[in-house]
Amino acid sequence: MAENELIPHLFRTEYRKIIAVLVKYFGFTHIEVAEDIAADTFLSASEMWGMHGLPENPVAWLYTVAKNKAKNLLQRESLFNQKIAPDIKHSTSSSSQPDIDLSDANIKDSQLQMIFAVCHPAIPAEAQIGLALRILCGFGITEIANAFLSNKETINKRLMRAKEKLRTEQVKIEMPPATEIDKRLESVLTTLYLLFNEGYYSASGDTSLREDLCFEAMRLTYLLLDNKQTNTPAVNALMALMCFQASRFKARMQEGEAVLYDDQDTALWDKELITRGERFLNLSSVGNTVSKYHFEAGIAYWHTIKTDSPDKWEHILQLYNNLLIVEYSPIAALNRTYALAKANSKQEAITEAEKLKLENNHLYHALLGELYTGINNTEAKMHFNKALQLALSSSDKKIITKKIEDIPAKN
Amino acid sequence: MKDFLLIFRSDYNRTADFSAEEAQAMTKRWMDWIGSIAAQNKLKDRGNRLENAGKVLQPNNVITDGPYTEVKEAIGGYSIITADSLEEAVELAKGCPVFSQGGKVEVRPIGILP
Repeated sequence: MAENELIPHLFRTEYRKIIAVLVKYFGFTHIEVAEDIAADTFLSASEMWGMHGLPENPVAWLYTVAKNKAKNLLQRESLFNQKIAPDIKHSTSSSSQPDIDLSDANIKDSQLQMIFAVCHPAIPAEAQIGLALRILCGFGITEIANAFLSNKETINKRLMRAKEKLRTEQVKIEMPPATEIDKRLESVLTTLYLLFNEGYYSASGDTSLREDLCFEAMRLTYLLLDNKQTNTPAVNALMALMCFQASRFKARMQEGEAVLYDDQDTALWDKELITRGERFLNLSSVGNTVSKYHFEAGIAYWHTIKTDSPDKWEHILQLYNNLLIVEYSPIAALNRTYALAKANSKQEAITEAEKLKLENNHLYHALLGELYTGINNTEAKMHFNKALQLALSSSDKKIITKKIEDIPAKN
Repeated sequence: MKDFLLIFRSDYNRTADFSAEEAQAMTKRWMDWIGSIAAQNKLKDRGNRLENAGKVLQPNNVITDGPYTEVKEAIGGYSIITADSLEEAVELAKGCPVFSQGGKVEVRPIGILP
């Protein structure tokens, strides 16, 4: 790795670890202090390394400097001592030597506990994702703003409010009690699922940023799998889903243009990720619990088999039926209807589609356009045109325009 | 929006001698039908099926074995849906696969207890 890429890279991988340990040490009340120390550590690194060259072990260097900065702050500032020291529960003795533990084990524990803290049910979902990106993934404000197609001010405000909420709710950085883990894990999984989808389906044109979002979601999910208490069937199912979806990264974008599933080159699918997904899917099938992630992972699994067969679509249809029974969403309803056309008949799917009453959704009209193509091309064109009017992103518009062009002129 | 209980009544004896293929086909029809209601965001609770056993209690401590196996219209299961009106609920119930077994669906508005 080139030297000028090293610091941004380390920032991405180490900032979040330092933050997790420091915030756990200082408490959320003083989260800004932790953020300052971590940011300051990287500032020192870029100054020192620029002048004196790279240290032998850059990561260890960062940890030592972060630790020293924290210690200095604790010792020097009397105000700090009076105000923050009482909040610090983990100092082992009354001695002034704080024990900031940047060992692998403590980093892992702190990050896992931090996931639970950030995904606390008291924090609004949108803020959870922002916080997760900032604190758990070390994303910059600009990157978060780009991912959300928002601006820095809005994101800053959102993060401020979320941090305030962490303080007022007195959210602790600790593992939830064993009896609450399943319940709390649900909201953690929702956040990781949304984080992944933010990357996978975002309208943002920045493909590498979007993939980063997905891989961060996977990394955090992996942290859950790495701990016995949180390695549950639902977490394995979510991981399987993410692996299957991520396997198509290279195939779904070509030269900045979205490539639809049917047109994708399967040679570009990541076979290793598919195999990993299958392994997680197998691991998810123990016990009696079935989550929505199980159904979604099942659907994603069948999509890793490109060849159409009645069997494939029958499985997908039943998985969508089950998914909708657990939780309704317009997108699942639309996809279910598409599967219905493939498994049963287009005619039945048209009847069912018209019951969905999603007139303001461009995907609804795109689906009807698709179903009517070849049956009633005038009707198909009408729906595609409506879809075109309602679509927001330019890549959606391009795809719909292409569909209209492909309709045979004569019915 | 109001909740409606759908009560499925049919003859247990008819379904009892389904072949494996028939049973599988029937399951698919039920799943497609309930999935259709769920896709319209009108499913409140998929409900459950009732087992073919039970007791009936009557006054004076008279307890009999459930007469279900003899009755042509035993309750086989239930679901709860949401709809704007009884008419809409009836409309949703129309595709129920129980009719192909000669069964019936009872649609009952649920009055919420205070």
